Amino acid sequence: MVEHLDTTTEPAIVEQVHAARAAGSTLAIHGGKTKDFYGNPVQADAELDCSIHRGVIAYEPTELAITVRAGTPLAEVEALLAEHGQEFPFEPPHFGERATIGGMVAAGLSGPRRPYAASVRDAVLGVRMLNGKGEVMDFGGRVMKNVAGYDLSRLMVGALGVLGVLLEVSIKVMPRPPGRITLIQEQDQASALASMQRWAGQALPITGTAWLCGRLHLRVAGSEEALSETQRILGGTPVAAAEADAFWTAVREQRLECFADEQALWRVSVPPATAADVIPDVELIEWSGALRWLKTELAGVTGSAVKPRRYGASAVSAVRANDRINDAGDVDAGAIRPWAAAAGGHATLFRAGASTPRPSDGVFAPLSPVVMRLHQRLKQAFDPDGLFNLGRLY
Amino acid sequence: MSRIPDERPLNPKPEVISELRRLLPAASVLATEAELAPYECDGLSAFQQRPLVVALPETVEQVQQIMQLCHRLEVPVVARGAGTGLSGGALPLADGVLLSLAKFNRIIAIDPANRSARVQPGVRNLAISEAVAPHGLYYAPDPSSQIACSIGGNVAENSGGVHCLKYGLTVHNILKLTLVSVEGELFEVGAEALDSPGLDLLALMTGSEGMLGIIVEVTVKLLPKPERAQALLASFDSVERAGAAVAEIIGAGIIPAGLEMMDNPAIRAAEAFVHAGYPVDAAAILICELDGFNAEVSVDVMRVRELLLGAGATDVRTAADDAERLRFWKGRKAAFPAVGRISPDYYCMDGTIPRRQLGPVLNRIAELSAEVGLAVANVFHAGDGNLHPLILYDANNPGELEQAESLGGAILELCVEVGGTVTGEHGVGVEKLNQMCVQFNRAELTQMHAVKAAFDPKGLLNPGKAVPTLHRCAEFGAMHVHHGALKFPELPRF
Ligand SMILES: Cc1cc2nc3c(=O)[nH]c(=O)nc-3n(C[C@H](O)[C@H](O)[C@H](O)COP(=O)(O)OP(=O)(O)OC[C@H]3O[C@@H](n4cnc5c(N)ncnc54)[C@H](O)[C@@H]3O)c2cc1C
Repeated sequence: MVEHLDTTTEPAIVEQVHAARAAGSTLAIHGGKTKDFYGNPVQADAELDCSIHRGVIAYEPTELAITVRAGTPLAEVEALLAEHGQEFPFEPPHFGERATIGGMVAAGLSGPRRPYAASVRDAVLGVRMLNGKGEVMDFGGRVMKNVAGYDLSRLMVGALGVLGVLLEVSIKVMPRPPGRITLIQEQDQASALASMQRWAGQALPITGTAWLCGRLHLRVAGSEEALSETQRILGGTPVAAAEADAFWTAVREQRLECFADEQALWRVSVPPATAADVIPDVELIEWSGALRWLKTELAGVTGSAVKPRRYGASAVSAVRANDRINDAGDVDAGAIRPWAAAAGGHATLFRAGASTPRPSDGVFAPLSPVVMRLHQRLKQAFDPDGLFNLGRLY
Repeated sequence: MSRIPDERPLNPKPEVISELRRLLPAASVLATEAELAPYECDGLSAFQQRPLVVALPETVEQVQQIMQLCHRLEVPVVARGAGTGLSGGALPLADGVLLSLAKFNRIIAIDPANRSARVQPGVRNLAISEAVAPHGLYYAPDPSSQIACSIGGNVAENSGGVHCLKYGLTVHNILKLTLVSVEGELFEVGAEALDSPGLDLLALMTGSEGMLGIIVEVTVKLLPKPERAQALLASFDSVERAGAAVAEIIGAGIIPAGLEMMDNPAIRAAEAFVHAGYPVDAAAILICELDGFNAEVSVDVMRVRELLLGAGATDVRTAADDAERLRFWKGRKAAFPAVGRISPDYYCMDGTIPRRQLGPVLNRIAELSAEVGLAVANVFHAGDGNLHPLILYDANNPGELEQAESLGGAILELCVEVGGTVTGEHGVGVEKLNQMCVQFNRAELTQMHAVKAAFDPKGLLNPGKAVPTLHRCAEFGAMHVHHGALKFPELPRF
């Protein structure tokens, strides 16, 4: 990998941070701005554009790792990996052509393959970053195993830039499986969940599960032998390759029809075996049951009733008993978090139309007092003057 | 020899003993010399120190009360699991409480549907896989010490095993932790779901060596057992060729479940100890395990066999049955004690390097070993580039321990030089504090101290471990300039 790297972009970013610090102003860090919809709104005096800092620093396929500058477009990196028969195991969503590696890591969002391979956080090996004092620091490394000091590189994953500016990231990559197939089965929600559980308990090379509108989509990847054996075990109707790839891209990028409107979209992360009626009225189930998406007309006004978006009457009647749905059969947005918490998970208001009011306590589920205190102290430890992405996470 | 790395002034508060006796049954507070002796070191016996007192709580409330007490009296606390750590992480402090989690040895719940289990921190690693086996599940990270080490210690060190190339380290295989803070508060990080809101404190806690909180419960992820596992044993007449074969296999897009290497001294020691059937004349062997479906494994075994022969293996054996496969592993897993039989003492290093550097680094280690005059046996996780050079020495020969340490230090610095790290899975503890000064600069170390202070403002949890003070690095840095002229300084005791 020989590439000309512009050596002026890192000093330029460092300089901007020093200047902001000196001026007592705050910064909103961004890459390609493809994930601006995610998280709480940032209060900032100025923007810090990291998309100028791009390029591949090291990529040796046999090391199963790549080191890239944070502003490098994700699509470019994925294309490079594909040339060498490799890929990111966590199948990151892009949410737009301009998505960068830095944004991918800061958002920490993984795609359909996550439970079967790795999350972004699992795959991050090291970071080069800038703290709020404008100091450039390297944590972790480029090797697979590293326990020297605290794991501050993984701490940056999903931190949405509140702890510092990502400059470079080293990420584990994996060989692309030789083949893949997608199978479809007609199943209602409860039976789809049960099937997904049964299969997750066996060592099968499943790399994606998606249930929506009464259909369960199963993606399997591996050698020819593994594919035929798995197909025999799972059953179902195979989908043509191009159509299947388009489907999984649509799931990953949230371009399925059910995502197309302006309603509030909730991301509910729960233990996979959580019963269907605990989280009623879902649009889409992924990750063998561990990720469920649902929509409400209003997002946050606790106690407010919203318009019905119903599948399966049984789900509705099960929760009606608990008073979580009003007489008109509408899901109460304020009930989603308690449902998720009761199941051992959490709910995030993932997207909502610009005019939709946000929950008063933010889009992310509130933390326990002790954990919140640790968050505040960690923020203080990395960014003592409160320079970066204020309010984005909490 | 008592070697104390801690730079704090000693501040013994004997009243903590009587206060502990109010919180715990008499048999759970140990304070006589004879009672303290078993706790004076962990698996790194070159460092020894008796604690002021050992506390053996058995409930979470007791742990909370102990932490509240120690926080109030400002007494340092060192957590201890099974004491198998190899970097002195659980080395006691003369004025501190040693908090043993040994009584937390219950598997609280197994959840086959969610493929997870809630266990207490003192549960042995292997006991988890044994307990969940009836459900066709297992816990993937399998350190060679798995019959003894505790899951709490595994989390605190982010331990690996021979299968982490494919299945990951501890950090990839746990879902949730319950911890007691230095102030005695209970809190949870992670979730039984695949993610949780906020910063990834689960990742931060993993590998934090008891510096940020006391782990009182661990929810581990369980995996279904693959249909079949098969192992190959390949012999090589040079270490470089074995190293190159590792890159060949991975370059071909195969991720073996395990890919381990042993050099000739390690092969001989293991063979003499457990009679695994190893080729004692080979310069190096690779053990490669493949798992998955029966049909898939058969194909991969043939491919790997071809790759190994193509890379210059002089012999490739495929295990005829599961018994032979386990025999291949037996020698590998017993390699440390096997080396312990042929040398009065050995010192185990733990650097990780980029895989392509395997050959050159092993050669350089051989040169360093010859220069110092101490033999080195290599047995390691080749697939991950995680080296375990075992330096053979005799502590009874004056100066040999120091020689072993300085050879070890040189090896770790070599690992950093080629783009690696000073510790892949054993942790920094007290052992690699100086090498941390080589790997990290002032700003980075200061940042780590700030993270520590966020959790533990008074610095009472395992103080003096894992992250060196800048003062220490300044001293070591000065030492470093006169490379080779001086050995590591004996730091003043208190
Ligand atoms: C023969 C042998 C082979 C080994 N092989 C491997 C291997 O293959 N891979 C590997 O990674 N390691 C290996 N090790 C190292 C060691 O077994 C691991 O580091 C193990 O995880 C330590 O567990 P322990 O319970 O013995 O912890 P201890 O040694 O008791 O403690 C280790 C650290 O964890 C902290 N700690 C322990 N329990 C808690 C808790 N509940 N809360 C907070 N902090 C805690 C301690 O303070 C200390 O810093 C080996 C060791 C030996 C002796």
